Amino acid sequence: MADVATPPARTPSGSRAGGPDLRRRLRVLLGRHPIGTIFALPYMVFVALIFAYPLVFACYIAFHDYFFTAPGVEVERPFVGLANFIDVLTDPQVLESFRNTAVFLVINVPLTAVAALVLASALNAGIRWAAAFRVAFYVPYLTASVSLVGVWMLLFSSGGLVNSVLGPLAPDPSWLVNSALAMPSIALYVTWKQLGFYILLYLAALQNIPSELHESAATDGASALQRFRHVTIPGVRNATTLVLILAIITGANLFTEPYLLTNGGGPDGASLTPVLLIYQKGIQQQNPDTAAAMGMILVIIVGLLSLTANRLTREK
Amino acid sequence: MKFTKTAALVGAATLMLAACSGGGEDSGGDGGGAATGTGPIEIWLSNNEAEIAWGEAVVEAWNAENPDQEVTAQEIPAGSSSEEAITAAITAGTAPCLVYNIATAAVSGWVQQGGLVDLSTFDDGASYIEERGGDSTAAYQSDGGYYQLPWKSNPVMVMYNKDLFEQAGLDPENPEMSTHADFLDGARQIVDSGVESAIWPSPTNEFYQPWFDFYPLYLAETGGTQLVEDGAATFDNEAGAAVADFWSTIYTEGLAPREAATDDAMVSGTTAMQLAGPWAIASYGDSVDVGFMPVPTTGGSEDVVTFADSKNVSLFTACENQATAWEFLKFSTSADSDGQLLEATGQMPMRTDLAGTYPDYFEANPMYAAFADQTERVADVPSIPNSVEAWQVFRESYSSAVIFGNTTIEEFLSGSAEEITGLVG
Repeated sequence: MADVATPPARTPSGSRAGGPDLRRRLRVLLGRHPIGTIFALPYMVFVALIFAYPLVFACYIAFHDYFFTAPGVEVERPFVGLANFIDVLTDPQVLESFRNTAVFLVINVPLTAVAALVLASALNAGIRWAAAFRVAFYVPYLTASVSLVGVWMLLFSSGGLVNSVLGPLAPDPSWLVNSALAMPSIALYVTWKQLGFYILLYLAALQNIPSELHESAATDGASALQRFRHVTIPGVRNATTLVLILAIITGANLFTEPYLLTNGGGPDGASLTPVLLIYQKGIQQQNPDTAAAMGMILVIIVGLLSLTANRLTREK
Repeated sequence: MKFTKTAALVGAATLMLAACSGGGEDSGGDGGGAATGTGPIEIWLSNNEAEIAWGEAVVEAWNAENPDQEVTAQEIPAGSSSEEAITAAITAGTAPCLVYNIATAAVSGWVQQGGLVDLSTFDDGASYIEERGGDSTAAYQSDGGYYQLPWKSNPVMVMYNKDLFEQAGLDPENPEMSTHADFLDGARQIVDSGVESAIWPSPTNEFYQPWFDFYPLYLAETGGTQLVEDGAATFDNEAGAAVADFWSTIYTEGLAPREAATDDAMVSGTTAMQLAGPWAIASYGDSVDVGFMPVPTTGGSEDVVTFADSKNVSLFTACENQATAWEFLKFSTSADSDGQLLEATGQMPMRTDLAGTYPDYFEANPMYAAFADQTERVADVPSIPNSVEAWQVFRESYSSAVIFGNTTIEEFLSGSAEEITGLVG
């Protein structure tokens, strides 16, 4: 086959402009529509500055004997390999914080998914006062944790409203100072606070299920429960994956609630979380290297859990 | 492909940023000439209204006399604690010249960071500090230098509600609760009279909470032995056990709740006692009829030592005009300025013969005289490496054994002492 000469590239005005190689390179770098890349550039810089750089830097810190210094102060920060990771993984307190988080996730994640789907289905079915319920579910999500925590403490303190109602059935020690009940109490609080957001996600997914599916199932004699099981649940599968992953990530990053509700992870460490420990070690105790190692381990665990949730809920 | 391209762009930007940040280490810091530099300086004050008023008045007086070395004052930026805001400022190189709210426990970390100036490096540095504060100032040295000027103390005493004491059948003018046993008897009497709690120290997990429950009583019991001395923990002994047993009894018998108060328990009357400094007089003066007594000991000593709860002043290496900062530091801690501080805040300047220096004030304010007397017998937290970590270890172990009773007092004393010795040694 004879070679065919390729005509030189032309700019819109018809002049030659750097040749095909440069255009190809620019296209590889900026895509077919450079204007899109230009629009995306500020966000990419933001991501690089706020997420990627700290992540890379944290990785560096985790493998070094590192502490923060004033600018201009030169100190040795030798590479220590996995020493920080070994310190973290052999620290009983760290292991306890991961166990506490596991308790939290076991309660919070399924409860969030089930409650949000059931409530969203009820709202989607057009119950009376749907708008009022929607607002009621969403308001806690919008309200600052600090103020809600104050209300929760008044409710669940030993002399609080809940114990007054329960009377002799009230737990002793009370909810937030009871080693067995502190973490479940926090899990319930977070479920309640976040529920509005997840209900919204499910509502959007429910509205994408064609009504014909429900109608034909009903025509075939399926009960409401059967329609929920065989039409609704498969129809919101993607939303369920998202809800599970977001709930896992939020739960693994738990900080504000134990910090405020149980005063820094009490009682006796029963609600201590990895992020609380990272704060203590990295900020208060000025040991950013072990804090960074702990952060890396947390990221890996959250990644694995999210991947598992994704696999379990993926459409076969 | 799209992902690869985006990742490549983000990666390139990250590396660029990392490269840029690498150069930061050569800038700022204790640059040449800073120690002799004069000119405008910035200072930070604590978020206490009375203290801010005092600080602004002192700054105004200085600026009137030194227009070419103007001082600007502001509150410590918001943060969950002053220490965190200051640590961040040191790291970023944005620390002011002086901070008037330095907790001794944080100093060792900041010295390690290279954030503080050794005040002994000024010609009259050590002599000024020692003449003003006397022999006790030696306890505030780190690595043989003065990285903080001992400024003011808030000696911790037992504050009590006289009305609730009277209601419980205790003599509000002389409760006679100086021994552990008498104190516990009085506390039981108070709870039996219907008050929710006899005393309510915060049972929370923060590293500084021992300063307001265990530590004052430990200092009193030992005559001022600090938590760590000569590189080893000191509390795994009879004195430590006596204090731990005292507090354990308080919690076990329900004389203090195991959860934090949701409001101000003194004002709401849900507790009859708190451990507090002289700041409490102004805070509660209008709402509660308060009295003060020294913290108890097993034997009921007359002149007990207690926790100083001092707040000090440090000069930061980020300061470009350190000579001005040093002169202003002396100006703001002079006898005149200290007198104004006492008038404005009721907090005790750490200088020798406090009562003799300000006799008129203490005559007019007799309730503060007890604190002035107590300032003669105070001790602070030790200046040790890994100080915050050591106190956190102590607190967690204490909470487990004393507050929640999940471990034994012996395990708490020996276990935390061993761990703390390992941290500071």
